[in-house]
Amino acid sequence: MYSRHLSLASVAGLALLVAACGPKKQDLPPPPPPATATTAPTPTPSAPMTDPAVGSSLVPGSLADFIAQAGSDRIRFAYDSYEIDQTASGVLTRQAQWLSQYPSVRITVEGHADERGTREYNLALGDRRAQAAKNFLAAQGVATARIATISYGAERPEADGADEASYAINRRAVTSLGN
Amino acid sequence: MRIPLLLGAMMLAAPASAQLRVDINSGISQPMPIAVPTFPAATPGQTAAGSTDELGQRIAEVIANDLRSSGLFRPIAQAAFTTQVSNADVLRPQFAAWRTVAAQALVTGNVTANPDGGITLACYAYDVFAGVELTRQGFVTTAAGWRRAAHKCADLVYSRLTGETGYFDSRIVYISETGPRSKRIKRLAVMDQDGAGHRFLTSGQNLVLTPRFSPSQQQITYMSFEGNRPRVWLYTLGTARQEAISQSSAGQFQGMSFAPRFSPDGRTLVFSMAVNGNTDIYTLDLGSKRLARLTSQPGIETSPSFSPDGSRIVFESDRGGTQQLYIMGADGSGQQRISFGDGRAASPVWSPRGDLIAFTRFGGGRFAINVMRPDGGGERQLTNGYQDEGATWSPNGRVIMFQRSSRGGSPALWSVDLSGQNERKLPTPLGASDPAWSPLLD
Repeated sequence: MYSRHLSLASVAGLALLVAACGPKKQDLPPPPPPATATTAPTPTPSAPMTDPAVGSSLVPGSLADFIAQAGSDRIRFAYDSYEIDQTASGVLTRQAQWLSQYPSVRITVEGHADERGTREYNLALGDRRAQAAKNFLAAQGVATARIATISYGAERPEADGADEASYAINRRAVTSLGN
Repeated sequence: MRIPLLLGAMMLAAPASAQLRVDINSGISQPMPIAVPTFPAATPGQTAAGSTDELGQRIAEVIANDLRSSGLFRPIAQAAFTTQVSNADVLRPQFAAWRTVAAQALVTGNVTANPDGGITLACYAYDVFAGVELTRQGFVTTAAGWRRAAHKCADLVYSRLTGETGYFDSRIVYISETGPRSKRIKRLAVMDQDGAGHRFLTSGQNLVLTPRFSPSQQQITYMSFEGNRPRVWLYTLGTARQEAISQSSAGQFQGMSFAPRFSPDGRTLVFSMAVNGNTDIYTLDLGSKRLARLTSQPGIETSPSFSPDGSRIVFESDRGGTQQLYIMGADGSGQQRISFGDGRAASPVWSPRGDLIAFTRFGGGRFAINVMRPDGGGERQLTNGYQDEGATWSPNGRVIMFQRSSRGGSPALWSVDLSGQNERKLPTPLGASDPAWSPLLD
C-alpha cells in the first residue's frame, strides 16, 4: 500500500562519495570432469559367498573378498540415529574378523545421512555414524590407528530415489579399504 | 573483483517533495504504479558497453526489474506510455502525461559518456501527482559498471519511497549443482542479486558447501572436501586464492570443520568442528590464529551465526533430544534455548537488523522457513515446502532467500518477503543451493 502525506522536505544537496578499486577479470574455470574424485569405490552389490575351499575367484585381501567375508561393506541406521543395531553389529563383527586376517590393511569409514535433514546437521550426523562404526570395530580389536573416518553428510546418497526406501539405504556407514 | 563505482557529485538544485511513501510492513496488496522510461543521453556518445542510448534503455530495464522484484512497485509497461523523457525533460518532466498512465512515481535521469571512457548516470525520482522531485543522485562509473549504477539508482528510489535502506546493489554466493545425486558436481558460484553477472569460482573437482561472504565481500568462507579432508576454507575474490583455515594453525585442528561464518567485524570465523564424534562450536581469530572452543556438550552443536553487533551467537543443538535453537554470548557464556513448539528448529541466521532470526522449522515431512525474535517470541512461518532450508537475509533485513527442493527435484533459489508474500524463483543456470547474500556493495 502507498499513501501520500504532504510535508516540507529538507533541503539536501548531493554528498560526494568516492569508492573505487581496480577492475578484475575472471575467466570461467574449465568445465568439471564427468565424475568427482571423492566418490566412494563402488562395491560389488551381491558378491557371492563363495567357499574358498571350493575354489574362489576372489583375490584374498581384496575389497571383493572383504565384502564376501563380512557379508557387506556397509551398515544401515534408523532415522536420525547412530545406534549400531543387531544387523549392523553382525556385519561389523565380521568386518573386524576379516581385518584381523589382514593386519596391514587400513580402512576408511564413511558416514552418510539421508536428505531429510538440514545440511550442516547431516554432516555432524554422518560423522557420528562413522565414529560409531569405528568405535565398534575398535572394540572388536581393530587398532584405531588403522581406521580413518569421513562424513559426507547427505552429499553422496547411494539411492537416487526420494522415498523412505531410498532414504533408509542412504543412512549408512561404508567401510572402504585404504585411507 | 569489485567494479569501480564513483558515486559522483552532481551539484543540482535541492529537491522539494511531497511524502509519497510505500508501507513496507503491511504486505503488498497493491504495489505502487511507477514509470521507468528509457533514460535519454545527456549528449549522445559511445562507450565500451554500448551507445549512451542503448545504455539508457538497459539501465531503465534493470531499475524497473529491481523495483518489480521487491513486490512493492508495479513498473508500467513501456508500451502504455503516452510520452518519453527527452534530455530536456529530465529536470522538468511532463507530469500531466505521466498522470494519464496513472504513474504515482517517475524514475528518470540521463546517461553521459565521459571522456575517460566511463559513464555518469544521473538518477531522479518524482512524485507525479504532486509534481515535485523526491530525490536525485549521480553515479560515475566505468562503462562496464553500468549495471551497478542502475542498481544504485533503484536502491535510491526504494530507499526514498520506503524509508528503508535498499538491497539491489548486492550479490549472492551459492552452490551450483549438476548431475545425478550420487555423483553430484557442486561448484562455488557468484552472481548479482538479480542473477546477472553469473560466474563459477571453482571447477567442480571438489565437493564444496555452505559459502558465506565476509563483511567486506572480499572473501568467502566455505567448506571443501579437497583431498578428502572436509574442512573450512577461505576464497579471496580479488586473487582467486583458496586456503584452508587450518593451514596456518594446523596443530589446533582435528577432525572435520564445517558450517563457517564470519563475525560482523570480519576478524573472526565461527564454525563447527567434529572431534571423535562430538561436534562443537569454535571461533578462530583470523589475526592471531587463536582457536577457542565455545561449547562442550556431548550433542551436535552447529550452524552458528553472529548477532550484527557481534556480542551474541545463535546456533542449533540437539542436547535436548532434537535440533533446537540456542543463544550464547560470543565467548560461549550464558547458553539458553530459544526455540520451542512442534518439530525441530535448525540452521538459524541472525538478521542484519538484529531484530529477527530466520531458521528452518521441520517435522511431519515439511521444511519451512520461519522467523522469530532473539528472545524466542513472535515466531512466524514465511514459507512451506517439501524442503525449504538454508535461509539468508537481504542486506536490509527485509527479504529472505532460501533453497527450495521438491520431492526428487533439483534445488533452486527462491526469495520471500518478511511478510511471507512475494515468493520469487531466482534465475540460475543449473540447480542451486546454499545461498548467501552479500552486504550492500560499497
